[in-house]
Order: sequence, then structure tokens, then C-alpha cells
Amino acid sequence: MYAIKTTGLIKQYKNLTAVDKLNLEIRQGELFSLLGVNGAGKTTTIKMLSCLTKPTDGDAIVGGYSITKESRQVKRLIGVSPQETAIAPNLSVKENLEMMCGIHGFSKEKTEAKITEICYRLALDTVLQRKAGKLSGGYGRRVSIAMALISEPQILFLDEPTLGLDVIARNELWETIRSLKGKVTIILTTHYMEEAEALSDRIGIMKSGRLLAVGTAEELINSAGTRGFEAAFVSIVKEGAV
Amino acid sequence: MRMMTFAKRCTKEILRDQINLCFGLGFPLALLLLLSAMQTNIPVSLFEIDTLTPGITVFGLSFMTLFSATLIAKDRESALLQRLYTTPLTAFDFIIGYMLPLLPISLAQTVICYLFACCLGLTFSVNIIYAVIGMIPMAVFNIALGLLCGSILGVKQVGGICGALLTNLCAWLSGVWFDLALVGGFFEKIANALPFFHAAKMEKALFCGSFELAREHVLPIFLYSAIITAASVFCFLRQMKKQ
Repeated sequence: MYAIKTTGLIKQYKNLTAVDKLNLEIRQGELFSLLGVNGAGKTTTIKMLSCLTKPTDGDAIVGGYSITKESRQVKRLIGVSPQETAIAPNLSVKENLEMMCGIHGFSKEKTEAKITEICYRLALDTVLQRKAGKLSGGYGRRVSIAMALISEPQILFLDEPTLGLDVIARNELWETIRSLKGKVTIILTTHYMEEAEALSDRIGIMKSGRLLAVGTAEELINSAGTRGFEAAFVSIVKEGAV
Repeated sequence: MRMMTFAKRCTKEILRDQINLCFGLGFPLALLLLLSAMQTNIPVSLFEIDTLTPGITVFGLSFMTLFSATLIAKDRESALLQRLYTTPLTAFDFIIGYMLPLLPISLAQTVICYLFACCLGLTFSVNIIYAVIGMIPMAVFNIALGLLCGSILGVKQVGGICGALLTNLCAWLSGVWFDLALVGGFFEKIANALPFFHAAKMEKALFCGSFELAREHVLPIFLYSAIITAASVFCFLRQMKKQ
């Protein structure tokens, strides 16, 4: 069964086609990466799938609901961690998590239980009482992901989650994302090759709004006839007649 | 429940922005103190504590515009609002969630002003309660104006327009610092066409227990509050769609 299925999804801004007739199927529990250079349409795709922006044409079924007609139901199923760290800076980490629980209508008991669980899972115990705006980049991003996860989403969107992080913070975050595999369907956008290769079940390569290729890292390497994944990516993007 | 969670978060954000808060609450009090001191040395009827205090409370409310506009503009510029747009929160939840926390803060500011004025010699009377209640429509006007400005301006622009321009406009056009009739002409006509002057007059009338006089100024305040609230909702929804 598919967690997400898009049909001819198009997003146009005046003269620019940000996403062009996107047809994509993502299975339940899969970690799917959207890979592409800047302006490929990755973030716009995530914005449409998370009901932040309406498609110009086409539709997508997310968790069984249409993003154009049933956005309210879709919003109950998803968690989104935007490209920038999206936290309330003057609130403590705990207050940020409590806010997300309240917005999703959790009881006081459930909120407490979820915070304990998510802090254990993402190693946030040490910063729980600290002001979110004062955290380091790595912790801030982790809190941002925790806020997306705490609502128990069926589908999690991670938009360039490791952008701007140092190597250690990136590796720690990779471990966190790996620990979620299989439990939640994850759609991750990135322009780091090694990130897509290390984490993903399947990868979709985008350029100028079009999906050029989809497959596992190995399948993409084989189809491009190259030695490594980075070379395969370069070859696919260069050959992509866009 | 959802809306209250969001409103609670907005309250915390506003109350923890201590520089803004100290300035917004402290500045009207400092003015009361300063002008009262001037009045004791050089008596000016306009600065008598009974006349001055209602005007200062109206002026103090202009800081509510700054508070709400800053919060919304900051949220818009960060990714937080984008995240919250992907949750089950509705447009109604956002608008009420932003506006609701500032109403008790506005009333608290007015009460603090009157209590402080009592320390400076203002006679305490039951009319103060009417005067505080009478501030609600003007508080709504200022909060809605903040929602409007926060929906269309960036954080830096909000600081300039709501922090400097609007507070000055309110101060000059409310007739708190000088008698508008002394300037007269076009200036007086503009002041009459805007709600600040009427709010100051209504507040003074309520404080004096002159409800008949207060009634004369109610309509423009309600009208401005309704128009600005409608405009702010429209602008907020428009920026929400744009996001």
C-alpha cells in the first residue's frame, strides 16, 4: 500500500514551473529521499504534499486523503520539519513539545508520556528545560524534528534536515533518522549525495521540477553505468533533457 | 483547546520579550511621572493628573500594536508559522490566538497606569473601573492594527512603523500633549478623523463620570476597530495563503 501517490502534480509560479507533472509512489514505512540541486523542486513538492501550498494542477493522495480536497485530514496524519529550524525561541524545549501536543489535542497524561518518550528517543533530556532559541544548531534541529514527531505522524517530511550542521551533529541526526525507519514513512529532501545514499530505501532525483529517475542507490548506479552514487547522480542530472 | 494552546504560547512569547515589555509598560509610567513633576513646577492644566492619566492610558495602548505586530512578523520570518500551518490549527485559531493574549495585557497596562497615577495623587473612584472597561474597543483596534502590520511588514519595518511612527502619531493626534484646537486647521481635522483623539476624549469623559460626553466618541472608535479588525483578518488570511 502506498503512503503517498502523486498524479501529474504541477506547481507554477508565473513563468516558472517549480514542479512539472510529478508522478510518484511512496510505500508505507519507506524512507524516500528527493535529491536534486538547488531549484530542483524538492521543497515545493514537500510544501504541496504537506498542504502548505496548493498545486496548480494534479493531485496527491497522502495517507488515503487528497491534498487538494481533504487537507484537514491530511494535516492530522503528517509531521513536518521545515528547512529552517522551526521552534518558538522564547519557549523552553519542553514548552515547545507541549505546544505541539496541545495543538494535536493530546491529554495531559499523553503529553507527559510523549515528551518522556521523544526525549529518550532523540536524547533531549539534557536540554529539556533550556530556552529553545539558545540551543546549538544540532540540538535546535533535533528539537525541530522532535516537534514534528511528537504528534505520532504516519508520514514525516524532513526538508534538508542536516543543512548547515557540522559532521558530528549530522551523524547524530542520521542515527536519529535511521531509528525511525520502518515505523514512519519518511520523505527527506537533501542535496547531500552521501546522506541520500546512507539513509534511503529509494531515491528520486529531481531537476528543474521534473523527476528524472527513481530507484535504490544501487539501481541508480547501475542504470547510470557509473562507479559511485555521486557519479550516477551527476550523470543522470546532466543527461536529463530538461 | 488548540486555539488556547496557541494563545498560551503567544502570551509566553510576549511576556518573555522583556525589552519590549519593559519599554511598553514602563514608558507610559515614566511619562506620567515626568509630566506630573513638570506640572508641580510649572502648572499646566493639560498635565494635571486627572486630565493626563486617561490620555496616557490611550497612548500606552499603542504599544500593543508593536507587541502583536512584532510577534507575528517574527513568526512569519521564522519557519515556525510554516510548521504550524501544517498542523490542524485553523485560520480562526491563529487570528484569535494572536489577538486574545493581548487583551488582558492591555487592560493590565491600563490598570497599572491608573494605580501609578493614584500614587501620584489621582483620586481613586469607581469611574476608573468604567474607564478601564471603556478601553476595550481601543485595545481591540490597536491589537488588530498589530495583526495587520505583522501580516504585511517584516520585523525591521514593524519596529520603525509601529514602534516609532504609530506611537508618535497616537501621541500627537490624541491631544494628550497639547490642545489640538491651538494648532487647529488641517491638523485638527486629521486628528478628528482618526480614533486616537476620540479615545482620549472618551477615556477622560468616562473617568469624570460623564457618560453622555463619552457616548459622543464611541462611534468612531467602534467603526475604526471593526474596519481594522476586518482588514487585519483579510491581510492575515492572504499572507497565510501566500505561505
